Amino acid sequence: MSNKPTRPTDPLIGNDSWNIQLDSNGRLKHFLTIEGLGSDMLTSILDTAESFANVNEQRVKKVPLLRGKTIVNLFFEASTRTRTTFELAAKRLSADILNINISTSATTKGESLLDTLQNLQAMLCDMFIVRHSDSGAAHFIAGNVAPHISVINAGDGRHAHPTQAMLDMFTIRRNKGRDFGGLRVAIVGDLLHSRVARSQIHALNILNTGDVRVIAPKTLLPTDVEDMGVSIYNDLEAGIKDADVIIMLRLQKERMQGAFLPSEHEYYSQYGLTEDRLRVARDDAIVMHPGPINRGVEIESRVADGVRSVILDQVTYGISVRMAVMSMVLGREPEQNATETN
Amino acid sequence: MNRLLVSNGLILDPVTQSVKTSNVYIADGNIIAIDHEPVGFEADLSIDATGLIISPGLVDLSARLREPGLEFKADIHSEVTAAASAGITTLCCPPDTDPVIDEPAVVELIHRKAVNASHTKVVTLGALTRGLEGNLLSEMATLKAAGCVGVSNSRRPVANTLILRRAYSYAANFGITVFIEPDEHWLSTGGCAHDGKVATRLGLQGIPVSAETVAISRALELILETGARAHFGRLSSAHGVELIRRAKEQGMTITADVSAHQLFLSEMDINSFNSMCHVLPPLRSQRDMEALREALKDGVIDAICSDHQPHEPDAKQAPFASTQAGISSLETLLPLTLRLVHEQVVPTYTALSLVSTQPAAILGIDAGVLATNRPADICIYDPEQDWQLDTSTMLSRGKNTPFEGWNFQGKVRHTIIDGRLVYTA
Repeated sequence: MSNKPTRPTDPLIGNDSWNIQLDSNGRLKHFLTIEGLGSDMLTSILDTAESFANVNEQRVKKVPLLRGKTIVNLFFEASTRTRTTFELAAKRLSADILNINISTSATTKGESLLDTLQNLQAMLCDMFIVRHSDSGAAHFIAGNVAPHISVINAGDGRHAHPTQAMLDMFTIRRNKGRDFGGLRVAIVGDLLHSRVARSQIHALNILNTGDVRVIAPKTLLPTDVEDMGVSIYNDLEAGIKDADVIIMLRLQKERMQGAFLPSEHEYYSQYGLTEDRLRVARDDAIVMHPGPINRGVEIESRVADGVRSVILDQVTYGISVRMAVMSMVLGREPEQNATETN
Repeated sequence: MNRLLVSNGLILDPVTQSVKTSNVYIADGNIIAIDHEPVGFEADLSIDATGLIISPGLVDLSARLREPGLEFKADIHSEVTAAASAGITTLCCPPDTDPVIDEPAVVELIHRKAVNASHTKVVTLGALTRGLEGNLLSEMATLKAAGCVGVSNSRRPVANTLILRRAYSYAANFGITVFIEPDEHWLSTGGCAHDGKVATRLGLQGIPVSAETVAISRALELILETGARAHFGRLSSAHGVELIRRAKEQGMTITADVSAHQLFLSEMDINSFNSMCHVLPPLRSQRDMEALREALKDGVIDAICSDHQPHEPDAKQAPFASTQAGISSLETLLPLTLRLVHEQVVPTYTALSLVSTQPAAILGIDAGVLATNRPADICIYDPEQDWQLDTSTMLSRGKNTPFEGWNFQGKVRHTIIDGRLVYTA
């Protein structure tokens, strides 16, 4: 055997590095990506979120599950909604939460990400919620923090945004039931730059969704995206035909600069979701959007505000889902043997 | 001490493709006899090579030494010491130092430091354009006179094709070989991984194969017109290999190399953001890797190089795209090349030729052969020794390698450079 290199056994799962998000008992220690998690784990997150949804509808919207825990919102990239819902979720679980925006401060002073982490770690917190513009940033941070700290990925580059994907699954489940097998889900827009879409695709496939479609012009589709388990459509109406769920993605204005598209106007004329086009989807199709929406760019106002739209529900459910993930991660029993992979 | 006897070793000569157990007699820097003891030869030092293979010293077509300019990563002394321990007797330093190698003073500085370090010999490539900026011609004739064995713009872009054409033409005028690292800047800039399923899954910005093939195609047309002698370095793709194959079939006198890691790793090895696998050109698909291996068999690729790029630890401690590209690879050049033999990709002669005789010919230097009256640059290795790569024992100051923990067979025991024993394990 001396000739054989020590290489990962399964090239897609690799060594245990995907599973740095699981502890030695197989429970969620970090929440970095949907990829590599099982359907049981996703279902358990959704079920837990369901129980918190009830809390959120009470007059006193607070439970003492995470009292005494300190959570740091560590945002290297601007965000209002995601940061706010994490903050609200932490508060409803009775945790202490600290907001740190590093988008311009430390890193421009030449401090490395690792230095920043070590300084924050010295503040004795229990969890980092991280958003960063680099793909893989959350993995990097999880691999470099002290063992008692958990990391939740609130969006890393184009790679993953797992809590957003889970709140989207939650929204679909509330509207379409627990069985995803018969569902046709269409994701429309800038797939190339979208971490949300990547996480959604993983989640939909793990939950055995019958048909997952992506719809975009070729300039906004990642190479070999079909390997992630989706079918590709370059035409909007063909793609959303008979769809049960339509997920619209935000189009960033700067996409014109990189010559991905000629104009917002032309994009809307070809890929904008209008009432008119929506007719080819199923009558009971729901329309989702991770927000913030660009009215008249990717979606018509009548659709965004219409009866099919569940866009504001998504925001509400985001709190329950984030409460679920935080409580599962921080509420774990101590590990029996502390031999972790990282 | 200037007379050396290497006795009873298995002499493996990639030129004659012969193997025999014999002795090598060395005096005043040269091999003076093989087999028959010269009259009156008295060795000052004898090396018993029983059970060991005696091969030409390795010639590495591309190794960044980080000096001048990036001494916090590595320096000439540290890297030539590491190279000698890996059986490399000559290495070629690309011009993208800081300052870049575009004037004789820099060439002299590097050569002097290398001579003082007194291990692996260092040859240099001069800049193709002044400052590697792609705008003005460098003083190529002056650089050649100062000792540069060729010119290159490394991976820096020459955006204006007319300037590139004139640069090739000017190099051809002086018979200077142009070393090309094919990269179309606009297609690769910002990218950090092969534009394929792994980059898509991980959300990394991809570098398409066309970044390599567009650059190769452009260069080939200009070489045809200008008559420049050219070498293409660090091929990464099946399609790139195909372009070189066709050009060779059409009779163009071009050569090509591949870095050793491209023959063993693919995009899959990036796995979960393993920054040790962040290299440029990027690790491509399994199919590309297999095509590169095939190209070694049929001679489309002429050489294997280390593409050594040592880094300080911090350079790899960041999210993948923010890490610096490159592998510290001097010390895995021979082990990986021998692994190609074990995996039956190429026979031993071919493998050794790919890292000694052929790269020496590409550089136009007197090296890479075991023959009388030629420089005694010799690598003596134990073909049976099993070992595991442990970065803590690497001599390069850069410990950045994805091969940590790999098991290898075959280890350097002695390195002789210009007739001096510079390394013994």
